[in-house]
Amino acid sequence: MKNWPLYEVFIRSKNGLDHKHVGSLHASDPQMAIENARDVYSRRMEGVSIWVVESIHITASDPKETSAFFEPAEDKVYRHPTFYNLPDELEHM
Amino acid sequence: MMDRELKNLEFQSRIDRDEKIEAKDWMPEEYRKTLIRQIGQHAHSEIVGMLPEGNWITRAPSLRRKAILLSKVQDEAGHGLYLYSAAETLGIERDTMIEELHSGKAKYSSIFNYPTISWADMGAIGWLVDGAAIVNQVALCRTSYGPYSRSMVKICKEESFHQRQGFEIMLQLCKGSSEQKAMAQDALNRWWWPSLMMFGPSDKDSPNTAQSMAWRVKRFTNDELRQKFVDMTVPQAEILGITIPDEKLKWNDEKGQYDFGEINWEEFYSVVKGNGPCNKQRIHARKKAHEEGQWVRDAALAHAEKRSKKIA
Repeated sequence: MKNWPLYEVFIRSKNGLDHKHVGSLHASDPQMAIENARDVYSRRMEGVSIWVVESIHITASDPKETSAFFEPAEDKVYRHPTFYNLPDELEHM
Repeated sequence: MMDRELKNLEFQSRIDRDEKIEAKDWMPEEYRKTLIRQIGQHAHSEIVGMLPEGNWITRAPSLRRKAILLSKVQDEAGHGLYLYSAAETLGIERDTMIEELHSGKAKYSSIFNYPTISWADMGAIGWLVDGAAIVNQVALCRTSYGPYSRSMVKICKEESFHQRQGFEIMLQLCKGSSEQKAMAQDALNRWWWPSLMMFGPSDKDSPNTAQSMAWRVKRFTNDELRQKFVDMTVPQAEILGITIPDEKLKWNDEKGQYDFGEINWEEFYSVVKGNGPCNKQRIHARKKAHEEGQWVRDAALAHAEKRSKKIA
C-alpha cells in the first residue's frame, strides 16, 4: 500500500465506555480508514463509535525510560486507601 | 560481558517471567526476524486461504450456505489484515510482505495448495482445516509478542463458527443420501493427511522449534499440537459415521491418546517447495487481483490528495 498511511483504530463498544485501541490499518484518507475499520474491526457489532488517527500523530513514552519515567508514583503508597490503618468499627469509608 | 549479551539475558528473563514483549521494546534481532517470518506466513495463509473457498461461493447449495461462506471468507480477509498489522509493528512494510508472497520468498500454509473439487470440501475444510488452525491458534494466544497474541485472541473468538459451520455441512451430507455420504467420505479421504501436515515438520526435523519455545513464540511443539488435533477429531468422525483414512489409527490406552500412521513427508516437502496441485494457480490469482486492483489504489490516493488540497 505505497503511500497509504497507517491509522490506529479505537472503538467504543457501547455508550458509557471508553474508546479502546483495537489495531491498525492502512487507508488513503480518514474517511476510508473509518469505513475499513468498520469492516475489519467490527463485523460482529463490536462498536457504536470508531475513532481513527494517523499513527504518525501518536507520541509515545519511551520504553527504555519506563522505570525512570513511572518511578515518581512508586513510593507514594499513601495515595491508596489501603495505606491507612483505621478501626474495624468504621464501616463504609 | 558484552552489552548485547546482557540485553539478551535481560530479555530472556522477561520472557521467563511471562511478560509480554511490546513493539517498541528492545528485542534480539533473531526474535524479531522469527516473528516477522511466522506472522507474515500466518497472514499470507489467511489471504491465500480465501481462494479455495471463494471457488464455491457462487455455487453454494442454498442462500443460507452462501451467506455463511461469504461471511467466513470475509473473516479470513480480516484475519489476514490483523496479522499484517501485527507484523508491521516489527518494522516490516506491508508492501514488502506482499512482494515476498508474490515472489515466492514468503511461504503460506501448504493446505491451500490442494483443490476444492466438491461441495463436501467446504465441509471438510471448515471441520478439519479450521479445526487444525484453531488448535494452533489457541496455543498462540499465549505467545510472547503482545500484538501477535492480541490478534490471535480476536481470531480465535471469530473462528469457532468456521469450524462449526464446516462440521454442520459434513453432518448434513452424512445424514443424506448414500451419494451425499460418499461425498463426505471422499472429502475426508483427501483432506485428512494434508490437515495433519498443517502442523509442520515432525519435531525431530524442526530445528527452530527449541529457540521458538525458549522465546515462548511457540508454546507447544508441532507434534504435540498434531496429537491434540488427532485426539480431538477422531471422536468427531465417529459422530459423522465416516472413516479416517489411516489403518494405523488406534486408541492407545497406556498413553491415553491415539496412535496414528506416518505422514507422507515426501509429499509435504514437495508441496512446500511449490509442486502441489494448485501452488501456481494460487499465486497467479493473488498477483492478478493485486495488479487489477492497482487503479483502485491509485484512484483512492488521487482522491485523497485532491481533497486535502481543497481543505488546505
